Amino acid sequence: MSKSFPSGTVALRDASFHVAKGEFVFLTGHSGAGKSTVLRLIYAEHLPTKGRVHVSGFSTDKLKRREISRLRRRLGIVFQDFRLLEDRSAEKNVAFALEVTGAKRSVIVPKVMRVLAQVGLTAKARNFPSELSGGELQRVAIARALVNDPFVLLADEPTGNLDERASRGVFRLIRDINANGTAVVMATHNLDLVREGGYRTIELEQGAIVFDSAVDEQVAS
Amino acid sequence: MIQPLTNRWQAENRMNHAIREALLVFRRWPALSVLSVTTIAFALFVASLYSLVVINLHRTLQSIEERVEIVVYLLRGTPVEVATVAVREIEAFPEVASALYVTAAEALRRAQAELVEFQGIFSEFETNPLPASLEVRLRPGFRGSDAVRTVAERLRAYNFAEDVQYGGEWVAKLDRLRNIGGIVGLLIGGAFAMASIIIIGTTIRMAVMQRAPEIAIMRLVGATDGFIRRPFLVEGCIKGALGGAAALGLCYAAFAAINAFLFQAQFFTTAQSALLVGVGTALGLLASATSVRKHLHRV
Ligand SMILES: Nc1ncnc2c1ncn2[C@@H]1O[C@H](COP(=O)(O)OP(=O)(O)OP(=O)(O)O)[C@@H](O)[C@H]1O
Ligand SMILES: [Mg+2]
Repeated sequence: MSKSFPSGTVALRDASFHVAKGEFVFLTGHSGAGKSTVLRLIYAEHLPTKGRVHVSGFSTDKLKRREISRLRRRLGIVFQDFRLLEDRSAEKNVAFALEVTGAKRSVIVPKVMRVLAQVGLTAKARNFPSELSGGELQRVAIARALVNDPFVLLADEPTGNLDERASRGVFRLIRDINANGTAVVMATHNLDLVREGGYRTIELEQGAIVFDSAVDEQVAS
Repeated sequence: MIQPLTNRWQAENRMNHAIREALLVFRRWPALSVLSVTTIAFALFVASLYSLVVINLHRTLQSIEERVEIVVYLLRGTPVEVATVAVREIEAFPEVASALYVTAAEALRRAQAELVEFQGIFSEFETNPLPASLEVRLRPGFRGSDAVRTVAERLRAYNFAEDVQYGGEWVAKLDRLRNIGGIVGLLIGGAFAMASIIIIGTTIRMAVMQRAPEIAIMRLVGATDGFIRRPFLVEGCIKGALGGAAALGLCYAAFAAINAFLFQAQFFTTAQSALLVGVGTALGLLASATSVRKHLHRV
């Protein structure tokens, strides 16, 4: 697929790749290489200018507005800046993702409890964002991403705002989530994590894929 | 069996959410909300007061038209015999239902009975100042102003006719009055309606802007456009309905005052009252729908 903007910027050039069910993929590359653009195309924030994006049963070919919301309920998305609502507690932030789908209260409560336990924040469920550390905020964001049982977690520099220790903690959590069967596409600058993870890595440069460990290893062997 | 139930729960939850969020807007901007309701109320009050006038004028006009009668005032000294012959002739006109000879004495008696306040004045006259007359009623179908005029002209041809009067002119004048009143009422009501649409739109723009981060996250986690829009629409409907109800109350107050001090008027029927509140609700919905459409895609 390709993506260019009305301003003339070409963010992606004929980038093509496939992520299998349950796979873990790193997206790397310099700032402005197009990592975030890839993720935005996956969650249909943008549509490709050329080519198409298939996610599960959805295709950008014939994606109607209504279907975008259905698609996003099947995805989990986290960002560098957490994007939590300051005016409500951690558990309310997580519950929010279920409330907007019209879920019933009795369904919401146990699910929220479950994902907060999964990210290790049961004790701070009632804390407001201003009362949580960066690592904890990202865990709340991850809990919110998980609460709809996504088949893929999209993470755009999830450790970008965290120190070394918190980064490792969050990364370990994302690995556990992947180990439980959820695919992960994670854009990152943190090459330590990339090396440590040993997962498939796709490197972008000026919108083009210059390295894909899955493809290049095949070529090597 | 479980699926439809789940759907219903979801629908209820969505509605509860929308109502809760809508009420939040009232709490956050009480002054603007009251202003919205007030302008809607005034818009509808002006427009419906006009409707009330039209309804009552219409009723009056109808009853006047039912009693359309032509009165021929006779020259003083016209012999009774001439009058009675004329009555028989006139009754033979195809347009005429009945003709009645009212003597001068009869006219005085009626005047004294009807205008009680002036009884004293009448009794002071030495001679009866009132003329005798012929009262001509028309058949249904000949009560239009054209038919009335034709008959009136024929009656004027009698040499004992001093003057011929008929209600047609009044009907036409009242009709014109009704139209002018209607246009003025609609203009003022329309101006208020525009103002209320602008004020509701402003409130919604502020609410959308204030909640922009929340709305962005809602989109991200898969809220539908409808879900995001609904609280704003519900808010508009509530304001519109409140405005309509307030207008109805104001109208009733005006009606009660008129009834007590001026004349017997007729109020809206239940269906018309419901229509008034319905129009208010529609106005609120229209205002919020246009505004939310405009501002949501900027978030
Ligand atoms: N909405 C937009 N309009 C115009 N240009 C855009 C838009 N979004 C991104 N771009 C451009 O597309 C290119 C790729 O941007 P992208 O955000 O994907 O980079 P990135 O790899 O995520 O960078 P970073 O590591 O800094 O987050 C950049 O040159 C950017 O300026
Ligand atoms: Mg980026």
